[in-house]
Amino acid sequence: MLFLKSALSAAAAGAAMALMSAPAMAYTAYITNEKDNTLSVIDTEKLEVIKTVKIGQRPRGVVLSKDGKWVIVCTSDDNIIQVYDAKTLEFVKLLPSGPDPELQILHPDGKILYVANEDDNLVTVIDIEQGKVISDVPVGVEPEGMGISPDGKVLVNTSETTNMAHFIDTTTYKTFDNILVDSRPRVAIFNAEGTQLWVSSEIGGTVTVINPADRKQIAKINFEIQGIAKEAIQPVGVRITKDGKKAFVALGPANRVAIIDVATFKVEKYVLVGQRVWQLYLTPDDKLLFTTNGASNDVTVVDVAAEKAIKSIKTGRYPWGVVISKD
Amino acid sequence: MLVLKRTSVRRAAVAALVLTMPLTAPLFSGLLMAPGVLPGFLGAAPAFAQDAPPAADAKTPDAAIPDTKAPAAKTTPDAAAAPEANTAAKADSKPILEIKALYVRQDREQPLPLSLLDLPAADNGIAGANLAIADNNTTGKFLNQSFKLDVIESNDVDDIIKQAKQQIASGANYIVADMAPDALLKFADALAAEPAIIANVGSPDDTLREENCRANVIHISPTRTMLADALGQYLSWKQWRNWFLVSGTRPEDKALADAFRRAAKRFGSKIGDEREFAYDSGSRRSDGGFEQVQQQIPPFMQNAKDHDIVVVADEGQLFADYMPYRTWIPRPVAGSAGLTASSWHPALELWGATQFQNRFRRLNNRMMSTLDYDSWLAVRVIGEAASRKQTSDYKVLSAFIHSPEFEVAAFKGVKTTLRAWNGQLRQPLIVSGAKLLVSISPQPGFLHQFTELDTLGIDRPETKCKAYAK
Repeated sequence: MLFLKSALSAAAAGAAMALMSAPAMAYTAYITNEKDNTLSVIDTEKLEVIKTVKIGQRPRGVVLSKDGKWVIVCTSDDNIIQVYDAKTLEFVKLLPSGPDPELQILHPDGKILYVANEDDNLVTVIDIEQGKVISDVPVGVEPEGMGISPDGKVLVNTSETTNMAHFIDTTTYKTFDNILVDSRPRVAIFNAEGTQLWVSSEIGGTVTVINPADRKQIAKINFEIQGIAKEAIQPVGVRITKDGKKAFVALGPANRVAIIDVATFKVEKYVLVGQRVWQLYLTPDDKLLFTTNGASNDVTVVDVAAEKAIKSIKTGRYPWGVVISKD
Repeated sequence: MLVLKRTSVRRAAVAALVLTMPLTAPLFSGLLMAPGVLPGFLGAAPAFAQDAPPAADAKTPDAAIPDTKAPAAKTTPDAAAAPEANTAAKADSKPILEIKALYVRQDREQPLPLSLLDLPAADNGIAGANLAIADNNTTGKFLNQSFKLDVIESNDVDDIIKQAKQQIASGANYIVADMAPDALLKFADALAAEPAIIANVGSPDDTLREENCRANVIHISPTRTMLADALGQYLSWKQWRNWFLVSGTRPEDKALADAFRRAAKRFGSKIGDEREFAYDSGSRRSDGGFEQVQQQIPPFMQNAKDHDIVVVADEGQLFADYMPYRTWIPRPVAGSAGLTASSWHPALELWGATQFQNRFRRLNNRMMSTLDYDSWLAVRVIGEAASRKQTSDYKVLSAFIHSPEFEVAAFKGVKTTLRAWNGQLRQPLIVSGAKLLVSISPQPGFLHQFTELDTLGIDRPETKCKAYAK
C-alpha cells in the first residue's frame, strides 16, 4: 500500500525542551563540526558554546590526551591528525596517520594512539610524544570503530564492509581473532570492567555484546520504535556508565538514543534527540550524556538519571565527534 | 530532423580477466614491502600487485592517480618485518575455501551515447565485479575464503551457454550477467537445471521481473519502473507535477515512457503533452553538428502545452542530451538527460562511499559507472552470503540469498535486500544532475506498510511473477 502525505520530518530537531536544572560540575565538551572545519567548545554547566575555533579539514574523531592537555582530532580531508591545546585551543602539532583517519583511541597509558584509516584497510599505531608511526595492522575493508580494553592489552577495530570486529594484541600488533557482526559495524567499546565489548552495526540495526575472553556473543540487542521505519534505526555511538548499569546507543536517522539496562540487555527507553545522532559522550560523573546530531547541527544533552533530553545546543554544521574533559 | 548518420560501434572486446586471489599472509605483508607501491594503494586489493596478469584494463598500483594523498609514514620496518602479524591466527589451520563467480557479458551491437563523457570503458561492469572480488578477499583472508572471477564474453548466446555450463561444472555457481533481455531469458532457461544463480546487471526491463521472471535469476539493477518512480517522487515533492513527455521510438524508449506515465499517475503528476522524437541515430559526432541541433530542437518542442518540466525517455541516450538549454520555453529537463535517476553516481560520497569510490579509482584509474556499481553489488551478494554461512555450498548459499534474513550493505544508507516475490534488489535510488546528487528516493512522505523502498517499482500486490511463488 502506498500513501502520499505531506513531507514532514519525524523528529523535531532541538524541539523546545524544557530546561531543567542540571546539577553537574563544569567540564568542557569538545565537538568536531565535520562540515565547518571547526571545533565547538561547550561548558557543561552553562550548557552553552563558549568558543568556536577553526581547525583542519573535515574533523571527525576526537580524543583528549591522558593528562587532559591536548585535544587530538582526526582531520580526515587533511589525511592527518591535529593536536590542539585543550585550554588555549592553539595548534600544537601534527601526528602522522594513514589516509582519511576517522576514529582513534588512546592506550590507557596515554602514550600510544590507535587510528582507523578508513581508506586503506589499516589501523595505524602512533607514538604521541615522538609523533611517529610505530606500526600498521592490516584489518578488513573500511576500518572504523576503535575500542581498547581497560588493561590496554586488547585493541578492537571494526571494519565497515568486512563486517567484523578485529581483536588486536597491543604488544605484538597482531590480530588474534576476527568476529563477524551485523552489517556496517561503526563503534566498539568495552565496559569499565573489561568483561563486555559492545559493537554497533549501523546497517544491520543491532548491537552485539561480545565476551572479550572467549569472543563469544553474550547478547544481540534489537531496536523497535513505533512509527519509525526499521531501516531508519541505525545504531552508531555507544556509551556505558562506569557502574556498568546503563548503556546508551545513538540510533542515527531514527533521531533517538536508546537507553539499555545492561543487566537484561533490554531497551528501557528511547529519548528523542536531534537529527542523525551519531556519537555520544558521558560527563565524568556520568550525570549528562552529550549526543552529536549531524543533520540538525546541534548536540543534545540528556540527563542520565532522569532519562530525559534537557537541552539542545547549536553547534557548527554537521557535528560529528565529541569528547569531554575529566575535570 | 537530424540527418547525420552514424554507424553502430561494437564495444571493444576485453581480454578475459582471470583473477585468482589467494590472499594469504605472506602475500599481504609482501606487498607492504614492495618497493614503488604507492602507500595510498595499500590494502585496497593486494593481489593485483602481484598476481593479476597485466591485462590492459587492470591498472597496476603505479598507475594510481596522483591526487591520492600519501600519508607521512607507512611502510614502517615493524610492519614489514612481521609477516604473519596480520592475518587471522585462527584461520590458519583451516583449508582455504574457494568461491568461484562468473561474469558473463554478451557483446551487443548498439549505438554509442552522444557524450564523450558517457562512452563506456572497455571493462565497464567487469571492473566493478573485480573490486568486489578484492573486497570479498580482504574479508576472506580472515575467514580462509578465496574468491575468484572468470569472465566469458561473446556475441553468441549459444557459445555463452556452452562456456557457462563448463564453468558451472567446475564449481562456478554464481553468475553475473550483463545481457540483453531476450538473451538473458535464453541463458536462464538453458541453465534451469544447473546449480547456478544468475544475477542480472544488464537490463532494467520490468518484464524480466514480472511475466518473464525466472526462479534462477535475481536482479541487481533497478527496473525502469523503479527509476521512473524515483524521479517521479522527487518531481512530485518539488511540485513539478505538469510534465511534457518526449520519447524515442526504440522499444526500450517506449517501455521507459510507459514507466514515466505510470509514475506520473502514481505520484499525482500529469502528462499534459507528449511527443515522439523520431531520430535516426547517425554518427555519434561530426565536426560541427551543434548548428543544426540548435536549429532543430527548439521547434520540435514548440507549441507544447505549458509544462513544469520536460521528461525525456531515451534509454540509449541517443538524443536526450540535446534537450537541455534548447527547449522552446525555458524549462528544466529530466529523465534520460538533465535530472536523472540511477542506482549510482560517480560523485556519490554519502554513507562512507568516498572510500569505496577511492578504491575503485585506484584500481581502474577512472570513475565508477552505474554498471560497475551494479556488478560490484552483484559480487558482494555472494561474498556476503559466503562470509555469513562460511561455506561455498551452492544449496546453502542460494537458500540464504533468497531468505528474508539476507541483507547486504551497499553504500546506500540502509540495507539492501531482495524482494521475495521476484528476486529484485530493493534499494534507495539516486536522483542527480551531471555532477552532483540532488536527492535520494524514496522521498519523505511516500509511505508503505512494509518498507518505503517498495514505493519504487512494481510492488508485491501487482506482480505478475509466478516462478518465485513456487
